[in-house]
Formats: sequence, C-alpha cells, structure tokens
Amino acid sequence: MRHLLSASDLGGEDVAAILDTADKLKQTLLGREVRKLPTLRGRTVVTAFYENSTRTRVSFEVAGKWMSADVINVSATGSSVGKGESLRDTALTLAAAGADCVVLRHPASGAARRVADWLADHGTSVVNAGDGTHEHPTQALLDAQTLRESLGELTGRRIVIVGDVLHSRVARSNVRLLHRLGAEVVLVAPPTLLPTGVRDWPVRVTHDLDESLEGADAVMVLRVQAERMHGSFFPSAREYAIAYGLNERRLARLPEHAPVLHPGPMIRGMEISHAVADSPRSLVTDQVRNGVHVRMAVLYHLLAGEETAV
Amino acid sequence: MTLRRPGEFVTPPGRLTHRSLLLSGVSGPAGDQTSFNDPSSEAGKGVHFVAPRTRAGAADQGEQRQLLAAADVARTIARIAHQIIERTTPDAEDADRVLLLGIPSRGAPLARRLAAKIAEFSGVTIPTGTLDVTLYRDDLRRRPTRALESTSLPVDGIDDALVVLVDDVLFSGRTVRAALDALRDHGRPRAVQLAVLIDRGHRELPIRADYVGKNVPTARDEGVSVQLRETDGTDAVLLRRRGTETSR
Repeated sequence: MRHLLSASDLGGEDVAAILDTADKLKQTLLGREVRKLPTLRGRTVVTAFYENSTRTRVSFEVAGKWMSADVINVSATGSSVGKGESLRDTALTLAAAGADCVVLRHPASGAARRVADWLADHGTSVVNAGDGTHEHPTQALLDAQTLRESLGELTGRRIVIVGDVLHSRVARSNVRLLHRLGAEVVLVAPPTLLPTGVRDWPVRVTHDLDESLEGADAVMVLRVQAERMHGSFFPSAREYAIAYGLNERRLARLPEHAPVLHPGPMIRGMEISHAVADSPRSLVTDQVRNGVHVRMAVLYHLLAGEETAV
Repeated sequence: MTLRRPGEFVTPPGRLTHRSLLLSGVSGPAGDQTSFNDPSSEAGKGVHFVAPRTRAGAADQGEQRQLLAAADVARTIARIAHQIIERTTPDAEDADRVLLLGIPSRGAPLARRLAAKIAEFSGVTIPTGTLDVTLYRDDLRRRPTRALESTSLPVDGIDDALVVLVDDVLFSGRTVRAALDALRDHGRPRAVQLAVLIDRGHRELPIRADYVGKNVPTARDEGVSVQLRETDGTDAVLLRRRGTETSR
C-alpha cells in the first residue's frame, strides 16, 4: 500500500489488516508508562491542512509522534499558500524537503489523488484526510473500528447514517467501507441533502428517521455542513432538528445495544441533542481515541515496511 | 498490501507428495504439518518446511534431521522449569516477583508450559504474559510490512519484577534486543533473564541466554524449526539444511 486516498482502495484484507493492527497497538499502549514506539524513527510525516480541523489533525500528529516519526504541520494560513502558491508547488516542496508521507486535507474533491499523481516519482505516500465532499477514509476506518468494538463483526449489521449526506465525505467513505465489511447501510436525509446518483450506492435511502431507527444496530449522525451550503436546503435549523435531529425520544426507539456515533464537530441542538451527545450510548470520545490507533496503523502500513516497487 | 504473519503457514509447491509420505506413521493432526516459510521471521531462525520424522536422528537424504522428539521437548521444558526454580527460588519468603513473558509466536505457549511445570514442581503459580516485539525490530524496513502479535502483560505490570523472557530459538539475538527495548517502555524490571528452547549460535549482538534447553551447533544456512502442539499440532524440533540458500 503506497497511498490511502479512498476507502475503495482498500480490499477486505487490507481493512482487516489495518483494524487488527490498530487493535494490537491499542492493546500494547494500554496502561503503559512510555507511550512511544520506535517504529517510525527517522521518518517524516507532514500534515498539510487547507481546511480547519481539530480531531483529524491532532490524531494524525499524536499517531505519528507516538511512533517516533517527525511530524510537521503546515496549514494554509501561515504558509506560502497565503502568498498564492499552487497546491502542486506546495506538494513538490514538501516532498523535496524530505516528507515520507503527506497527510492532506483540502476543500477540493480529488485533491489527494492529484497530489499523489504529482508525487509519483518522489516515493512520498499521500493520505487523504478529507478532500471536499469526496472521501475521508481514515474516518471510515475509525468508525468501523468503533462499531466493531461495540457490535463485533459487522456482517449483516444495519447501520443508519443520518444527516447532510450531500456534503459529507464521511458518509461516502463509510458507505464504501461498511458495504465492504458486509454491513447494511441505511441513509436518512431530506431529499435536498441527498446527492444525485445516490440510487446507485449500495444503500437503502429513506426520509423517515423514526422508522429507520427500528431494528438499527447503530446510528451515525452527520454534521450539517453550513460552510458548504450556498443555498437553502431546509427551511430552518429548528425544522431540521425536529425532522432529522437525534433526540432522547428517538434514542428510546433505538434498540438498546445500538450505539450513537458522530464524526465531530457536533452541532448540539441541531443534528444531535445535548442529552444524546452526553449519553453513555454516544461513542464520540471512543471514536477520537480509536482515531489515534487507526491512524497509527495506517502510518505503520504505509511507512514501516520495505519500500515497495513503484 | 499483503501481510504475512509470523506463524502463517505456507506449503511450498512440489513438496506435497514428499510430505505426505513422511507423515505416514506420525501421530498428531497431519493437516498442520506445513511449512513456516516466512521471510519476515528472523532469518534462519524460524524456519522452513520440515516434515517430522518417525525416528529421531535419522537422516533424510542429508536434508533434515529431528533434533528433539515430543518426549524430548517435554523433558527439556521440565528441566528448564527446574532451573528457573533453582535460580529464582519463587517459593522462598524474600523471593522476587517472577514473571514469564513469551515472545510470540512460539515463545508464548512455551512460557505457559514452563509456568505449568513450575507450578507442578514448586507449588508456586507464576504469572505469564506475551510481549510482541515487532514494533521494536531493527529490520522492519527490510521486509514487507509485518502483522503485529498480541502483547499482554500481567495486571501488576513489570516494575521491580524478575522478568524471564521466553523464546523458542536464540539465533542472532536481535529479537531479544528488541524485547529488551520493548520492556523498557513498559516499566523497569529488577532484572531480566532469558530462557530459550534452542540456542543455535551465530549471535550478532552481545546477548546470551540464562536457561538453554539444547545447544545446537548449526551452519548459518540451516534452519531450526520448533513445532509446538499449540501452534503446529505436534511437539518437535527439526534441523534442515537449506542447501545453497543463504539466510542473509
């Protein structure tokens, strides 16, 4: 594996290998005094973030540092991007400066793939940490890990994904990965927040959240991405919350074993109520914790083994 | 991206007939008698295809030789258990807290068997655990990505304990070096000792074992294969000449 650009790049064996590695890393780091492994000593990881992020950026940085890689953060503000440097030039600069791996977040869908193409001759790995409304594969991996811890094997499990599917790269990566793992995915959204072509996805689509909660094994709530909305997709925040927000009444409809996930950042009172966000059924902090281990596993698989022939 | 696990078995092509012939008359689940032909394991240490032999010591066209049969393996483990009791006196009043940590894959069942024998001989139950050293190896970048094995340490941790590391074969010493580094990140044992079933020589680091089941003079291009019931369905130690293949 040279790059991680899309959840569809990952075969079933790759997913199992990464999640198993993440499990073992979690186990070996549990309760130890020194949370530092020498595995990626001397490797350099650059996180290049052209969009805001707390969780993804921090967990990639922690993951790299716990494995002794040198992690350098570049953000669009404060770098030459502000002076008008193109993405290609920035990518070539990072590779020339010695990056073994570039972790890229970018507002344009397909940006990670473009950078991987530009760096084809440099031996630099590219990890897509979110590109526009396209994909966010490491989020899907950590969601799968969190679901697996809670439910066991995901084959035949029904996972409900509710919210702003149209703008959600998390939804796209999760649909691909969960389908690969044999889960049944149900998408719930207002018609205005569903992408064209969703009929071709391996999912069931509905507009009725209450009905879909019956018999669900987990609910994944998506953030309403106001920053990507240039138009009115629903009448008001209040109306959205009433029709598609996960509140206590709806949580009661959900089978007892089923957890609630949210990729963060949560907009409380909109897609998820305070009570649900803080309930023991919510695995939001587990997701963040697993995010570190999953990203360690991804870096391990990309950087630890021998150089693969390009 | 494909992963090979240490302990994943590969049957080499063209050897099947040969194997099934040799297997006749051998007790134990024959289906498990496959090759451990994993380039990601420490070179030459762990091992290549070897079919078990029916009589100890008999040569098979000069190709492979059984060093220890099942009964020898049991006796050797019992002897090491006695030596550990002698050296660490776990039943004494002021004894150190002794822990046995097996290095996966075959060190782990060996550690459990040693603990069972020590309990049988001394009446003291010694905690065991496993310590995966993959993340600490110095040859990660020379091989395809390795799968990780389990690490599970006794709940009380390793601080101030007398830790006995357990592995099947001592060869270059690099696995033990990695284990010592891993231990350091888990805590500070009072002392660390090493128990191995086979010492085959060819050390590349200043490391020696405190307890050795059997010293086996080998050539570098030979392979020593330890087979255990838990991982391979049978107990045996085999030596195989690899011909012109060199281990590194």
